[in-house]
Amino acid sequence: MKTPEELKYTKSHEWIRIDGDSAEIGLTDYAQSELGDLVFVNLPEEGDAVTAGKTFADVESVKTVSDVFSPVTAVVAEVNSELADAPEKINEDPYGAWLVKVSGITGTEELMSAAEYEAFVASEKAEH
Amino acid sequence: MLIFDKGTKGRRTEYIPACDVPVTELPEGDRRIAPLCMPELSENDVSRHYSELERKTHGVNDGFYPLGSCTMKYNPKAADAAAAMEGFTSIHPLAPKEDVQGCLEVLSTAEKYLCEITGMSRFTLQPAAGAHGEFTGLLLIKAYHRARGDMKRTKIIVPDSAHGTNPASAAMAGFEVVNIASGPDGCIDLDTLRAACDDTVAGLMLTNPNTVGLFDKNIAQVTGIVHACGGLCYYDGANLNAVIGIVRPGDIGFDCMHLNLHKTFATPHGGGGPGSGPVGCRADLVRFLPGQVVDRDAQTGLLSFSKEPDSIGDMRSFYGNFLIVVRALTYITILGRQGIPQASSHAVLNANYMMACLKDTYHMAYDETCMHEFVMSLEDLKDKTGISALDIAKGLLDAGIHPPTMYFPLIVHEALMIEPCETESKETIDQAVEVLKALKDEALKDPEDLKSAPHHTPVTRLDEVNAARHPKLRWSAPGDSAM
Amino acid sequence: MGSYIPATGEQEQEMLGKIGVSRIEDLFAGIPAELKVKGGLDLPDGVSEMEALRGMRSLADRNRIYRKIFRGAGAYDHYIPAIVSEVISKESFLTAYTPYQAEISQGVLQSIFEYQTYICELTGMDVSNACVYDGAEAAAEAAAMCRDRGRTKVLVSGAVSPYILSVVKTYCFGSGCEVEEIPAEGTATDVGALQKKLGPDTMCLIMAQPNYFGTIEDAAAIAEAVHAAGAKLVMSVDPVAAAVLRSAAEYGADIAVGEGQPLGMPLSFGGPYLGFMATKQAFMRRLPGRIVGETKDRDGKTGYVLTLQAREQHIRREKASSNICSNEALCALCAGVYLSAMGPQGIADAAQQSMSKAHYLSEKLAEAGFHTLNGRAFFNEFVTDSPVAPASVMRALSAKGILGGLPLGGAHKGEILWCATEKNTKADIEEAAEAAGAAAKDPAAAEGKEA
Repeated sequence: MKTPEELKYTKSHEWIRIDGDSAEIGLTDYAQSELGDLVFVNLPEEGDAVTAGKTFADVESVKTVSDVFSPVTAVVAEVNSELADAPEKINEDPYGAWLVKVSGITGTEELMSAAEYEAFVASEKAEH
Repeated sequence: MLIFDKGTKGRRTEYIPACDVPVTELPEGDRRIAPLCMPELSENDVSRHYSELERKTHGVNDGFYPLGSCTMKYNPKAADAAAAMEGFTSIHPLAPKEDVQGCLEVLSTAEKYLCEITGMSRFTLQPAAGAHGEFTGLLLIKAYHRARGDMKRTKIIVPDSAHGTNPASAAMAGFEVVNIASGPDGCIDLDTLRAACDDTVAGLMLTNPNTVGLFDKNIAQVTGIVHACGGLCYYDGANLNAVIGIVRPGDIGFDCMHLNLHKTFATPHGGGGPGSGPVGCRADLVRFLPGQVVDRDAQTGLLSFSKEPDSIGDMRSFYGNFLIVVRALTYITILGRQGIPQASSHAVLNANYMMACLKDTYHMAYDETCMHEFVMSLEDLKDKTGISALDIAKGLLDAGIHPPTMYFPLIVHEALMIEPCETESKETIDQAVEVLKALKDEALKDPEDLKSAPHHTPVTRLDEVNAARHPKLRWSAPGDSAM
Repeated sequence: MGSYIPATGEQEQEMLGKIGVSRIEDLFAGIPAELKVKGGLDLPDGVSEMEALRGMRSLADRNRIYRKIFRGAGAYDHYIPAIVSEVISKESFLTAYTPYQAEISQGVLQSIFEYQTYICELTGMDVSNACVYDGAEAAAEAAAMCRDRGRTKVLVSGAVSPYILSVVKTYCFGSGCEVEEIPAEGTATDVGALQKKLGPDTMCLIMAQPNYFGTIEDAAAIAEAVHAAGAKLVMSVDPVAAAVLRSAAEYGADIAVGEGQPLGMPLSFGGPYLGFMATKQAFMRRLPGRIVGETKDRDGKTGYVLTLQAREQHIRREKASSNICSNEALCALCAGVYLSAMGPQGIADAAQQSMSKAHYLSEKLAEAGFHTLNGRAFFNEFVTDSPVAPASVMRALSAKGILGGLPLGGAHKGEILWCATEKNTKADIEEAAEAAGAAAKDPAAAEGKEA
């Protein structure tokens, strides 16, 4: 399981790459491996508001659908349209395949460092 | 090979005579532009094509089909014979009532019997399937609260063990879905229910016996709690085959319900339908029923249709899947007052027998007397051997047995849900038990082989990920860009 | 009494022994006694198959079978090749469940894939689902697909079947969407009135082509108006007419729906029928219900599976695009067999003949005093006035074994909706027109009553 140092993480398994009041958001390596082969991604539209802790997208595997939660309150500046035809990019390169770029961040969920996230995943696995 | 790849240009069978009146042409701007790209076949080509497809289809006639929650019983052919009678198939739905008294009698008698079997006041036969019935019932509940001027009831309570159609139907009816967790015994937890009930609750949807195959013995309290907060109780009749003739939903506090004629009352499932999902309700909800109800004119003695005063409208055209109602009436007529409870008794006997035979081999999710079906959890087996519920299911295919329902209900991990039905013999069940035991052995000894099952079916496991990522949903002519 | 339970008394005892109880009733001990049915159900005693079928036959015999039908209005008497009922009675097709286990369901799955292709061909659309309940319900499902941000109003042409309007209204009572009917101008959609109603809150317009009155609408103009307002066009089409008529996609529709009954299903007093739905690629994921896709197995062999399942209720639950589970699969198979047997020429011929015969009927009825009111071109249905009360015309036709057109109500009271198909011969048409003419002159005599 990869957890790049420079990113922040959520308990619902999203990563966020913050740059000033903008950011990229995606799904973690752990999330994609648990979800299995993704077959479709439902993304918001440019200009949509997203709220920290609230769902803004969902990802489909063959037999499941899972909500994706926003780590921040902001506005969608760009969606990764490549994923529409190639959701497998999330499986292949979870930290390259961002779902949305947001700007105008006004609030943030409780975020974890890479080390904290690794510990969190380990404890979740132990519970299961 | 697809039918579109068969035949040859210019081949055809003429089924209708040449036109004997002057030809009227369509206006030029309304004529089809792209030619119809359809195969040109002889009748022999057509006959062989579909015989080939039939050989690649497993029906109840081909072998045991213990698909939990679907009640895949043997359906007597008498019901099909009745539904094929020309006096039913050739009748126009808008023919004058004097000419369709037989059809109206079918609808009226079937409704009367269904009322007796369920304890409801009246039924609409218009809904075409179980989910369609659920949606209908929820609209009745919505109309009921609105008619009382109670606009704040926006929620429907659904247990987490429910079929997916329940929350989906509630959402379609404009309700917010409140999912409540089941208790450790798989039944409704009364405290959880009480906590969810307030004056914003429009109703509760419940399947009983529930989806783990248990009869909720607190059912009277459950319906009582919902009624106490002003909500109504909807009975999902999906599992009625366990209790027909033994318990009536109307007697245990349910206000409206659907039943699945295609599960409980002898309509074969047709590869996915058509079914029929009549909706019954208590007396004060009758005025909201959709479609038209059939009543007898006391003076003329004729049956005729009429619309309820506050009807929610129509769920579909005409009066429902009429031929399915013909089948159900035939079935109920043959079984009669003795045969109906006997069917449910033997459905429950077969399920408990099969569970008893398997419980030393597989882990039962709820190890107690079940109703018409039981659920096994293969979680331990998967941890130990890597063999999942899916692998066991695929192994059954090679033995000519249709697998049980997999991965449902969601509250049991690695679930296999088995519903043998009353029409299966002890020999069939014994044989299936042996196959399931052998598969367990194989899981322990040679899991790799089982993971690649099935080996003897027309195709092996199919790539569903590719199918969903790059959908190809129709045939296209060679050279056309594939859709 | 007929019974389909194979267990003998001896086996029953063996099975109870294995379970560890002595009587079947013990298995129901968990159900509180006070909740159980007391004294049995109040139903008749069971009977043998022979007696049951005799009873059903006597009910069937109480219906009148018309050999000459000039009534449509949503249920059409087309010729059905004998092979159709033969194929759909094949036991494995009849008794299989939904094809969840693809490896042993390739036959059903392939038949659905072929059906989807046929529906795409007839409508000109890119993707079709595996079917819904019937044509009116398909229109309501299509309307639900058009819900979008800020768009919550469904417009329905007043020239669609009353059932479409009623079912759409009922579904929208559930969803909370607003429904507005655009009253028809004569027998066609009032395009001027439509333009006034279209707005930024419009989800879609539901229209029919040909419409309920048989009129061929100016669909291209309607499509342009609807799209100019940013709304979607849902077009209900007749699948037989579609063999010769401009396709829904060619007219500019976004979603094509319709009643599939004309494709080989008997009238059956209104059901089972078949709702078909097809749309453009961009709308694919909004389609409700099952969809079959092509893929490969582990050995590289082509096969078929249910796909895009994450749209559906069993996965998405309250967020699903629709709650549909059971559909009308056997009717979809029926449509596939019908189209395969008829072939492209055969279906076009049935369509062309239906239209020609309707026009011949219209001509003959005009000579008998019943004037066609459609105004625009019509397909195989049309509306006439009636010099006398329509009910008495119908009784006169009925006396000759003819089911005449449908007397209309509402704004069209006093008018009759007629229909012809390839099954109506020239002689039947002339006989019907003559009988109608006689009724127009002397209703009582034509009905066979004493003057």
